Amino acid sequence: MIADLATQLTWDRLIALAEEQAQALLRSAFSTTVREAGDLSAGIFDPRGRMLAQAVTGTPGHVNSMAESIRHFIAAHPIEAMRAGDHYISNDPWLTSGHLHDITVVTPAFHQGRCVALFACACHQVDIGGLGQGPDGRSIFEEGIRLPILRLARDGAFDPTLLAILRANVRRPFEVEGDIRSYCAANAASARALAAMLAQQGMADLEALGEEILTRSHRATLAAIAALPRGSWSSRLRLDGVAGRAIELACRVSIVADEVLVDFAGTSAAVPRGVNVVLPYTRAYAAFGVKTVVAPDVPNNAGSLAPIRVEAPAGSVLNAQDPAPVAARHVVGQFLPDAVFACLAQAMPQRVPAAGSSVLWTVQLRGGPEVVDAEGHQGRTSFETVFFNSGGTGARPGMDGLDGTAFPAGVKAVPIEVVEANAPIIVWRKELRPGSGGLGEFRGGHGQVVEVAALATDEPIAVLAMFERCDNPADGAAGGQAGAAGAVRLSSGATLAGKGLQTVPAGQRLVLELPGGGGWGNPAARQAGGAEADDGLD
Amino acid sequence: MSLSIGIDIGGTFTDFALEWQRGETLLRHTLKLPTTPHAPEQAVLDGLPQLLGGVGALPRDVTRLVHGTTLATNALIERRGARTAFLTTDGFRDVLATGNESRAAQYELFYRKPAPLVPRRWRLPVGGRIGAAGQELAPLDEAAITRHAAEMAAGGIESIAVGYLHAYAAPAQERRTRDLLGALLPGVPVSLSSEVSPEIREYERFCTTVANAYVQPIVSAYLKRLEAGLRAQGFTVAMLLMLSSGGLATVETTMRFPVRLLESGPAGGAVFAARIARDAALPCALAFDMGGTTAKLCLLEDGVPRTDRVFEVDRSYRFAKGSGMPVRVPVVELVEIGAGGGSIARVDATGRLAVGPKSAGSEPGPACFGLGGNAPTVSDANLVLGRLAAAGFAGGRMMLDAGAAEAALLSLAPERAAEDLAIAVTEVVEAGMAAAARVHAAERGAGLEDRVLVAFGGGAPLHALRLARRLGVARVIIPQGAGVGSAFGFLWANPSYEAVRGYPGSVAALDMAALEAAFLALTAEAKRVVTPALPAAAPLQIRRSAQLRYRGQGQEVTVPLPVVAPGAAMLEAAFLDAYSAQYGAPIPGVAVDLVAIAVTVSGLPEASRPPPSATSVDTLPGTTTRSLRDPDDHAPIACRVLRRDALMPDAVASGPLLVVEDATTTVIPAGCTLHVDPRGHLVIDLPAALPGMLAA
Repeated sequence: MIADLATQLTWDRLIALAEEQAQALLRSAFSTTVREAGDLSAGIFDPRGRMLAQAVTGTPGHVNSMAESIRHFIAAHPIEAMRAGDHYISNDPWLTSGHLHDITVVTPAFHQGRCVALFACACHQVDIGGLGQGPDGRSIFEEGIRLPILRLARDGAFDPTLLAILRANVRRPFEVEGDIRSYCAANAASARALAAMLAQQGMADLEALGEEILTRSHRATLAAIAALPRGSWSSRLRLDGVAGRAIELACRVSIVADEVLVDFAGTSAAVPRGVNVVLPYTRAYAAFGVKTVVAPDVPNNAGSLAPIRVEAPAGSVLNAQDPAPVAARHVVGQFLPDAVFACLAQAMPQRVPAAGSSVLWTVQLRGGPEVVDAEGHQGRTSFETVFFNSGGTGARPGMDGLDGTAFPAGVKAVPIEVVEANAPIIVWRKELRPGSGGLGEFRGGHGQVVEVAALATDEPIAVLAMFERCDNPADGAAGGQAGAAGAVRLSSGATLAGKGLQTVPAGQRLVLELPGGGGWGNPAARQAGGAEADDGLD
Repeated sequence: MSLSIGIDIGGTFTDFALEWQRGETLLRHTLKLPTTPHAPEQAVLDGLPQLLGGVGALPRDVTRLVHGTTLATNALIERRGARTAFLTTDGFRDVLATGNESRAAQYELFYRKPAPLVPRRWRLPVGGRIGAAGQELAPLDEAAITRHAAEMAAGGIESIAVGYLHAYAAPAQERRTRDLLGALLPGVPVSLSSEVSPEIREYERFCTTVANAYVQPIVSAYLKRLEAGLRAQGFTVAMLLMLSSGGLATVETTMRFPVRLLESGPAGGAVFAARIARDAALPCALAFDMGGTTAKLCLLEDGVPRTDRVFEVDRSYRFAKGSGMPVRVPVVELVEIGAGGGSIARVDATGRLAVGPKSAGSEPGPACFGLGGNAPTVSDANLVLGRLAAAGFAGGRMMLDAGAAEAALLSLAPERAAEDLAIAVTEVVEAGMAAAARVHAAERGAGLEDRVLVAFGGGAPLHALRLARRLGVARVIIPQGAGVGSAFGFLWANPSYEAVRGYPGSVAALDMAALEAAFLALTAEAKRVVTPALPAAAPLQIRRSAQLRYRGQGQEVTVPLPVVAPGAAMLEAAFLDAYSAQYGAPIPGVAVDLVAIAVTVSGLPEASRPPPSATSVDTLPGTTTRSLRDPDDHAPIACRVLRRDALMPDAVASGPLLVVEDATTTVIPAGCTLHVDPRGHLVIDLPAALPGMLAA
């Protein structure tokens, strides 16, 4: 049924508001993760904590986790006690988006003296103290400073105590504080714009509009589900894991009456290293995987997400319990769409891609006196830097996979010139890796080769490795072959572990070979034109 | 005697605009011919004699000839450029292909990335490395260049781009490469990233350089043919080209940097609107151009279009940001959205009406064209509402089919009345444009309410008044000559060139003498480009700017600077002013970094002209009426229809009104008042208070 015009126009305006909020963040943020890579999410919530609209920028792990987190903020600080000019903050992994590095800021929007909506954003910090963003932590306490849900500002004035404690606990205090102020400014600007919109239209609040948005989105998702085959399919996905222990993800997708149920029963137990995933983040990426296949065009909000139910046993690596370490949770979480696809492919082979490299190869580097190599060389200038790299995506039925492209994450690569301008390192190589895409009628996307070293040849650097698919390459689908596995080594040839803090000795380069995506269909069926598409990479 | 001609070659039409100051009288004349895509100069060379003949002038009477064309843009979009090779830093040959490694559509599993202009086979690695501070970390591998030269010769390479990492900070290796190639492959043009786009961020710089090399042979050959044709017809004036920045340059400069020509048409439109705004002494305005496929909006401050440093060509996924090819050169800052007369309406899965970006184009076109299209479009909605008349479209050359338009609209929701659906379609498309304007203004820290909307192009006058209401704008101007706005804009633009250079460093630690020397070098470079485009000894305007930011912050702020030797305190103060204006409060305790510096040299803008003396009147205003359905009214109203060419200066009328001319129709709702100013522009004021308007 076609929506009435007023609903439609205000709905569009609400989505535009979330987009404005995200654009403001991109322009004024300090961290390279936010400003160059777009590792952020922004959304608008009703006073009951239901997500009404989100910006298309950013990464699904954030935005769908954020969708769950707002009700925790409201529980801690009831709406009635909120005032205009307030801002609330948290980075608690179990309450927000799964690791301490993501800071969520929530700002109430007022109209006619009443709180009518909440604006929230979540952004990735380069550093949050502790061991740093790597999988080495044995518990959350080693991973950095943890902020429960706190009031960051009242009546527009920031809490100086909170900011002082935060600054004292992170490696890049100006960046962290500058970012937080940017988040608040972006939220506040959108809150003002919302109030102006309501005033102009003579609307008291978003109550009726919110119901309409959620109902329509819910119905649209149900209609999409109704068109799917019924049944239940399962998959097992094996990951390299950490500290010599592989991790198995067991997934069962059931399409029943009016919902898609994703159940991870049988998945490995949580591990004593920081790759564990909190349930909201598991839900976020599993639901994202379902949504891309089932209803990609329905706007992402509480209504469209409701018919997708995700469960994982408590204590498993996909539902880790406090105080499990979680800093590098994306190295497991970003595989969940692959796990879901492997199930759905059994029901709808023509709508689902083969497995891809999937996890971002986040190169987190550290330099300075903290870093000493076996020869006794010590770093001089302290720095902490990060840049993102992507392997190949899985081949699609009818299309090759994408070379060096992020999926499912939505972040962008930081330009190498910016990486080198911000930290004393040199990236000597970053190019596609020929032959790494899995063969098939449609070929998997190619991975990349990345070589990086300290600018000073007499200084070591440390890498906080969190790489995957070194032992378990991306499977092909429908007769396609697996993509090439990843590799982590030094320029001397010595192999490094895929995970954990390790030293790159002075004068050496860190060499990363990123995995390729799986192929789709029988390689013998590849059309002659495919060779052209290979463009010298086969 | 001073006779000027502007020529704008678009995808469909080649537009001509002529201005002739004869004593006290300013004569204006326009011409529209179909574009001749196989040899674009043909339409130009056919049209000029007609244009001059129409006013009884000769080619040698022309003292100014300004040209802009979509040739370079089309070559990029249709992949019809030269066989191009790209020499780049060893280890980075795939930057062009991987870009920023992201997908412009988060939920799209079947996303397709546009193929790079240069295939991997011709992305040739060269050893050598510059660091972020401009220091040489590894020497240039000259032997590799020699080897590649042999391959390129054998492979029939027609144009070469060179892009090395950090070349914006240290161009020596790129220059050396050009010298070597000049000896090895004489006659093959070479584009250097340190000249085409000397700014940090390798993907954007490399794309821009490769695009420059890719279109260079095609653009050079075309300009040479056109110049020869002009000389043969007896033209003596040196032709100037409209650049994306809204400035003019010589043929020689354009042949070196053809990538700066990409947005010449839209830039002409912005200059056109800016001139209207200056003449009317408007401090700030919003230009609104709407055609068949897209709408463009541009903010004008003090009669000058805002400019930006980067834009995207050929957005391949639903016009989505990030799905096109980035080009980093000075450009008039436009928001372009997929909303035009041909934009197709559909109902999405949630029951929302979506309009565009898919367009019916001109073939098959909107359903009402009767050319086989049956998808409901914006033009169909305008016809059903009575904004367009079935007879009289395109100057009476085309009869529109109202029945087909209604049937197409009813396909959206058969249970609704066609008129209601037409209202929904126009409201949604106008709301989309309003949202785009608002997001854009918000990004720039600019307001919209105090602006005057200057609307031109075939579609804009149909929607301008409704759009103005949504934006809270009180006045709309529909200029004279709006149908060929860009071509007039060419006439009114100024020779201008921006030279830029990456200049990384902490403001507090800069060597100010070296910085001043760098500014002077850029000034000299820009002067060399601009002076040949100006009369001898013409006065020059020199403007300096710097891109500054807080250390660690992502986005640079372009800050205008006085033309004096710079100092740290001056740079910081200028930055803090600009930062506060754009983002609110400054951030205490953070150092300020310089990223790049730029110098723009231009001719002095012409003083605002007095209004022309009144022209003669051929007919009395028409007294016909048409039935018009206004979205705010429940029933159709009988609306007076006036012919634009019959409206005399100082004529006054009240809405509801339709003012028709060959190229467009201006819809003036009830409550609005029309005044024709001495220049023949339609100036329309909206009533102060408008209840019940949806601010979407």
